[in-house]
Amino acid sequence: MRRTWWIYLIAVLGLVAVAAPFVWMLLGSFKTQGELLRVPPTWLPEAPTTQNYDDLFGKANFPRYFFNSTVVALVVTAGNLVFCSMIGYALAKLRFRGRNALFVLVLATLMVPGMVTFVPLFVFVTNAGLANSYPGLILPFLVSPFGVFLMRQFFSGLPDDLMDAGRVDGTSELGIFARIMLPLTRPALATLGILTFLGSWNNFLWPLVIAQTEDKYTLPVALALYSTGQNAQNYGLLMAGAVVVVVPVLVMFVVFQRHVTRGIAITGLK
Amino acid sequence: MRSHRRETTAAWILVLPFVVLFLAFTAGPVLGSFGMSFTDIKQRDLRTPFAVNGVGLDNYLKALSDETFRKAAFNTAYFVLIGVPLTLVVALAAAVLLDRGVKRFQGLFKVGYYLPVVTSIVAIAVIWRFVLAPEAGLLNTVLGWFGVDGPNWLASKTWAMPSLIAMAVWRNFGSAMIIFLAGLQGIPQTVEEAGQIDGAGPWQRFRYLILPLLRPTVLFTSVTTGIGYLQFFEEPFVMTQGGPLNSTISVSMYTYQQFGFGNYGLATSMAYLLFVVIAVITFIQFRLLREK
Repeated sequence: MRRTWWIYLIAVLGLVAVAAPFVWMLLGSFKTQGELLRVPPTWLPEAPTTQNYDDLFGKANFPRYFFNSTVVALVVTAGNLVFCSMIGYALAKLRFRGRNALFVLVLATLMVPGMVTFVPLFVFVTNAGLANSYPGLILPFLVSPFGVFLMRQFFSGLPDDLMDAGRVDGTSELGIFARIMLPLTRPALATLGILTFLGSWNNFLWPLVIAQTEDKYTLPVALALYSTGQNAQNYGLLMAGAVVVVVPVLVMFVVFQRHVTRGIAITGLK
Repeated sequence: MRSHRRETTAAWILVLPFVVLFLAFTAGPVLGSFGMSFTDIKQRDLRTPFAVNGVGLDNYLKALSDETFRKAAFNTAYFVLIGVPLTLVVALAAAVLLDRGVKRFQGLFKVGYYLPVVTSIVAIAVIWRFVLAPEAGLLNTVLGWFGVDGPNWLASKTWAMPSLIAMAVWRNFGSAMIIFLAGLQGIPQTVEEAGQIDGAGPWQRFRYLILPLLRPTVLFTSVTTGIGYLQFFEEPFVMTQGGPLNSTISVSMYTYQQFGFGNYGLATSMAYLLFVVIAVITFIQFRLLREK
């Protein structure tokens, strides 16, 4: 018993160090500009105001950015669920020529730095007429090597007997995939879905160069441009913007956290 | 019962959408980047990317002799060599703390420590600029309680990089912690009990029993973290823009700047130099893992 209290003390201090900036952000979003500039800083807002949020949703176009972020994240997530499970199944369970080569290729791309594909991708997407469009924001992320790897690992763990039983019953190969095997991967799909959604929601560099007019901005792009543009000194607005970017995914993460941590444990990757 | 042809047909139908998207948006650009790095392609060639001249190794030579690129390479190495060990030590400490010490509310602590990993870097930047602000900042206020007069962290040539490293550790240790937790849970309790019977203290048990068994996990996380940190980009991009006086500019950041200046050929050659370093490190990792 004597040993445990200081272990908890360290754990709590660690939690404070991790959480304090978030708490400060949340409290700060309800402060006035004057209070945010005060030295020394205050913790609790003295005169709580929702002015920052009113500005965010009134003067600034945050509902639009929120909509864009949501649409892009949902389509990207759906694409990854469908396409990564399809190829993951083929790589794990079907015999075809080039299977191993394809898998090695997928693994190899896990270590390609984003900067390597960035410039030609920009040239290609621009020439395809997709700059400043939803397809331009979405298409490059519809599949991911991580998703393929995750689904392949999970399908590999399912017994072949189920497929053979389906074949005996005369189910087509695609039917075996869609109706027998796919429903069994629900935990992996949950993991992939939540991680893809989080990744897309937080994605920053690509939308920054592809979304060129305000109506295509996603939340991180808008927040980044606000924090460097003429609103750079409007700290309350930035704090409220950060809250709007962060809170939806934090809530989502806390609700689905089991799936996230399991996915990392399965693949060893974020 | 098992028809080989039907299986192959099904496989290709299942693989096709991925292959098309992969060729267009990953494999194509990887090759395209390689090709571009040997040409003089600039922004004005954006619409005619094939009407450019080959320049051999010029871009690579230019990159390697560029003062700022060398500075960026140095900064990236600094960030990786300090940041990776720090991240892993914090992650391992947190994992051991949670696995061996904290039984109640373990889930709460795990979720809490992981929160920064799932948070948008742009939002983190907004918060951290406040944390590190010289006068009204959270950090300097706390330091002030102990009579320490904190510097203007992000405006200091000396302190800007350590600030970004601290931020990266804060942001990333959660992922490595989860992998370490999975590794620790795979070590049977009997190993520690045996050590206890032999009279080994907690530190000795950790050092001589647990840590050797975690070796593959440590190697694995050090390389995945290392690959991520070698691409160090977002922190300087949102916090310092590489400044002050290029003291936080990284290879990825400088590559992006060259892209911004329209020097596409030069930018791709820099990206490929980084790629080579990452590939070599990954290769060494696989060799080390295989030996075990």
